[in-house]
Amino acid sequence: MTTIRCDNLTKTYTVPVRDPGLLNAAKSLFHRRTRDVEAVKDVCFELAEGEIVGFLGPNGAGKTTTLKMLSGLLQPTDGQVEVLGFKPFRRQRDFLRQITLVMGNRNQLVWDIPVADSFERNRAIYGLERPAFTETVDMLVELLDLAELLDKPVRNLSLGERMKCEVAVALLHRPRILFLDEPTLGLDVTMQRRIRTFVAEYNRTSGATVLLTSHYMADVEALCERVVVIHHGQLLFDGQLDDLVQRFSPHKTIVVDLETEEADLSDYAEVVHTEGNRVTLTVPKELTAATTGRLLADLPVIDLTVEDPPIEEVIERVFTQQLQHDPDSTSDDSATP
Amino acid sequence: MSAWFGDIYRTLFKIELAVMFQYRAAVVIWLIGLVLQPVIYLVVWLTVAETEGGRVGDFDAGSLSAYFLIMMVVNHATFSWHMWEMGYRVRSGSFNSLLVQPLHPFHRDIIQNMAYKVLSLAIVLPVTALLWWFFEPTLTPEPWMWIALGPAVALAFLVRFFFEWSLALLAFWITDTSGLNNLYMALFFFLAGRMAPISLLPSWGQAIANALPFRLMLAFPVELLMGRLTPEQVMDGFLTQILWIGLGWLTVHLVWTRASARYSAVGA
Repeated sequence: MTTIRCDNLTKTYTVPVRDPGLLNAAKSLFHRRTRDVEAVKDVCFELAEGEIVGFLGPNGAGKTTTLKMLSGLLQPTDGQVEVLGFKPFRRQRDFLRQITLVMGNRNQLVWDIPVADSFERNRAIYGLERPAFTETVDMLVELLDLAELLDKPVRNLSLGERMKCEVAVALLHRPRILFLDEPTLGLDVTMQRRIRTFVAEYNRTSGATVLLTSHYMADVEALCERVVVIHHGQLLFDGQLDDLVQRFSPHKTIVVDLETEEADLSDYAEVVHTEGNRVTLTVPKELTAATTGRLLADLPVIDLTVEDPPIEEVIERVFTQQLQHDPDSTSDDSATP
Repeated sequence: MSAWFGDIYRTLFKIELAVMFQYRAAVVIWLIGLVLQPVIYLVVWLTVAETEGGRVGDFDAGSLSAYFLIMMVVNHATFSWHMWEMGYRVRSGSFNSLLVQPLHPFHRDIIQNMAYKVLSLAIVLPVTALLWWFFEPTLTPEPWMWIALGPAVALAFLVRFFFEWSLALLAFWITDTSGLNNLYMALFFFLAGRMAPISLLPSWGQAIANALPFRLMLAFPVELLMGRLTPEQVMDGFLTQILWIGLGWLTVHLVWTRASARYSAVGA
């Protein structure tokens, strides 16, 4: 069942334009200039119930604008958007009761009072029955290890502790759709892992649909089989994470452990890194088999592995290459070149 | 539905109260301003009355004191500050967390306002008693006036809240609304009876004050308790207040839809 559907979703901001300087500031009083910025342009994708999808793109790509349109904060300039059968921008109560939006450090928690009071506030706002609320709080306290934090004022929490509480307060009403915008931003590795594990567990037990943006590829790799990539407001790729790697990485990484140290393997492929008797090579994908054969035949190899390049590298390649101009670079179900 | 709203109002009221306990100093400073202003006006008008032979228009020293002290309490009960906050919310994107929750921000603001009033009443009432003792006002209301005062103040609060919340929504169109807010406050000071009783205004000023909702936000309950209105005028005042509340509700409803469509959620 489709829970989220975007069809040629477009958002254009009209922004004032003014040259620097006092004179130009005075001129702008009489002659106001504006220009249109297309933050999101003709984006199409669908999410099925229970999917966790990574929504990737560099800063300013249009990810957050898209999430804001999906959660009803922004009205699209053009195109159609439907979430759980609702038009998000109408912000009907029944719609808002079924979604949640977690945006980095911005909070639903009340700064000056204990976390438990913020939980209580959301209980009232979402009209949650006391037994169900208590059960959810118990679950969240256990999964996110919040017991020690509930009676602390929010302002006394560390960033990581606050983020855990933000996630918890955003899920008290057990939403069917989670829009997570950089939920692990600024957190240490342990805390990132904790949030990731929790999101996966919540998805598994509740069947909720999750659309996640993150600059940490570890989040994406751990949680998302499918990714949607957006750049300059346009869709670049929509498909399986593995396909993204296959499609956009023309190279493979070969890691070879040799019996001898300081061997020169530059005749075989480009050497990326050498550490002791371990050498990391990168080869064009089509030459992987041949290069591997030559290495095994010519050298005293202890161990050899062939890997895809790190996902960060692939994503960087997607953004830095002019893929948006290459019609063959998008997958079949993506919307635009 | 009504049980849900009841729960929201009860719970959020308690939480807002808890938040305000954290800002005791700010609450007290706000109150000093709120008390100081009418006291200054009172002293000025008492001086004027003295130089005019003990009276200004139909007010003597005792009734001037009563007017400004009652006005101080009514103003405390009816004032709101959200039009000063709305611009910041829109510019900073801090509206986001309010808009994704299934509760209209209007309710949250009204609850916050009520919580502040209840908390600060603990200071306003003793201060009023002290000023009452000091200025020795003349006030002899009939019992029905005390009974009518409650609804008059409650309705005055709603007229003012709807009006100022509608005004606050202009923040979605104008980047900085502080100039507009100041203009509104200037009109309010004259036409609501804050700076001087409306009966002391020239006749054209009184006509404007009676045509606009300002008087019903502040001077009406004061005049009621001072026995300056007939029962018919009070009933007329109630009906006009209700009319303005209806109009305010409609304005908030219509403007909100358009205003939130303009929201660009910048900065967050």
